[in-house]
Amino acid sequence: MTQAIDRLVASPNSLGKAALQKTFTALQCKECGEQYGLGAKHVCEDVCFGPLEVAYDYEAIKNQVSRETIEAGPHSIWRYKAFLPVETDTPIDVGTGMTPLVKANRLARQLGLKNLYIKNDAVNMPTLSFKDRVVSVALTRAKELGFSTVSCASTGNLANSTAAIAAHAGLECCVFIPADLEAGKILGTLIYNPTLMAVKGNYDQVNRLCSEVANTHGWGFVNINLRPYYSEGSKTLGFEVAEQLGWQLPDHVVAPCASGSLFTKIYKGFNEFVKTGLVADKAVRFSGAQAEGCSPISQAFKEGRDFITPVKPNTIAKSIAIGNPADGMYALEVARKTNGNIEDVTDAEIIDGMKLLAETEGIFTETAGGTTIAVLKKLVEAGKIDPEETTVAFITGNGLKTTESVQGYIGEPLTIEPKLDSFERAWERANTLNRLEWQQTQV
Amino acid sequence: MAVKVLIPTPLQKFTNDEATVECEGGNIIELMNTLEDKFPGIKKRLCDDTGELRRFVNFYVNSEDIRFLDNKETALNDGDEVSIVPAVAGG
Repeated sequence: MTQAIDRLVASPNSLGKAALQKTFTALQCKECGEQYGLGAKHVCEDVCFGPLEVAYDYEAIKNQVSRETIEAGPHSIWRYKAFLPVETDTPIDVGTGMTPLVKANRLARQLGLKNLYIKNDAVNMPTLSFKDRVVSVALTRAKELGFSTVSCASTGNLANSTAAIAAHAGLECCVFIPADLEAGKILGTLIYNPTLMAVKGNYDQVNRLCSEVANTHGWGFVNINLRPYYSEGSKTLGFEVAEQLGWQLPDHVVAPCASGSLFTKIYKGFNEFVKTGLVADKAVRFSGAQAEGCSPISQAFKEGRDFITPVKPNTIAKSIAIGNPADGMYALEVARKTNGNIEDVTDAEIIDGMKLLAETEGIFTETAGGTTIAVLKKLVEAGKIDPEETTVAFITGNGLKTTESVQGYIGEPLTIEPKLDSFERAWERANTLNRLEWQQTQV
Repeated sequence: MAVKVLIPTPLQKFTNDEATVECEGGNIIELMNTLEDKFPGIKKRLCDDTGELRRFVNFYVNSEDIRFLDNKETALNDGDEVSIVPAVAGG
């Protein structure tokens, strides 16, 4: 225990001076409970090698926040700063968070639901995915811990976000991606001028390589040695939904599962709001969405296993193609204890999901969002979502980054002459032919 | 079989701060035993009391997760590289 107390020393580089009492107290192993100091560490290295998570003083949080103080805070994730593991009064704030919670009436009608909402992180700032939340927290903490170079292992969105926010914060940046990522995600990283390593392998291989690099370079890897801080940023999705629903929790959540972190942190966020008296306690069901071509968590759920067997990803949903998910077993646990489900869908269903969301709600999401909508549909059809339930589907990324995935499935524009009769002919055809047939028709 | 083993930072205190060590072993189980002979105390950190590999420790042989090979019976050849990664992160 003395050893543990010795380790509970703040980093010598922790320079932030908080006006209010610090609300996070230690890093704690999720498995054995061993505590560590608040440095850059993600593994319970003295006991069981389990993952570390930030522990909080909820009484201190309770004394600092109320619905009113939060509502008076910045229009970003930092209105929930007391629930986040940073000390500074000036976190990196690039307007991340407070994305729309859209009442999705047209999609709801189509699916047979009555109270459906879309939490739309396809328009999160600055890089149009939920990753801006976790990166804002991780890089703020990275600065507090004295890192000058930051890095990550990414399926694309995280690379965009880390490179962009590092540029804003003036940090050196080196990011690692699988070489076969969508062009939009590569371009959307390079523009910020990081060092970009395209690894010839899948995400799990990139991830392993990064663990090895983290061992040998003194960098702040947002999703490796800074992961306990980084992952806390996803709680803000839960906080925002609760606040946007008028300080109450929904009945059912449907969210994508890649590593499983986001899924478990939305759950943690809801619980923290209950614990600190901001919302009334309520049973919320959590259902997770995976692509069939990379569904280790869904497979374990369906087979009743409490362990994850890794798989080799083969799906168009690259942003959630993690075959060896770090928080897979915790996502399983959340789905089971909340009476939810974890389901998977085919690539064709994912594309249909993207189209359905776009056509009914005007939201263009990427493949991960298509997965979530397709799973939502599948669960409704299977009677696993009650039409009366207030259901929130989490859309975590933007379709403009992955245009390849829908090319060939949404038709082409009708090309016409700048003449009225050309338009009239085309208009008639547009109204008599299926859109996918337009491209084969000369107008 | 002489293999190269990549030791993660938390275990380097057993290997005199070496990040890479050479070791013998025909498979992963044997490698655990020879690692223990060379660096006493290390096996207890990698395996539980029943000798099974710990749940949160990942082993890779030439970059391939041993769960896609023969798990702890995965055969090792001269020159192979074994990487030990505690608590997979990412995502």
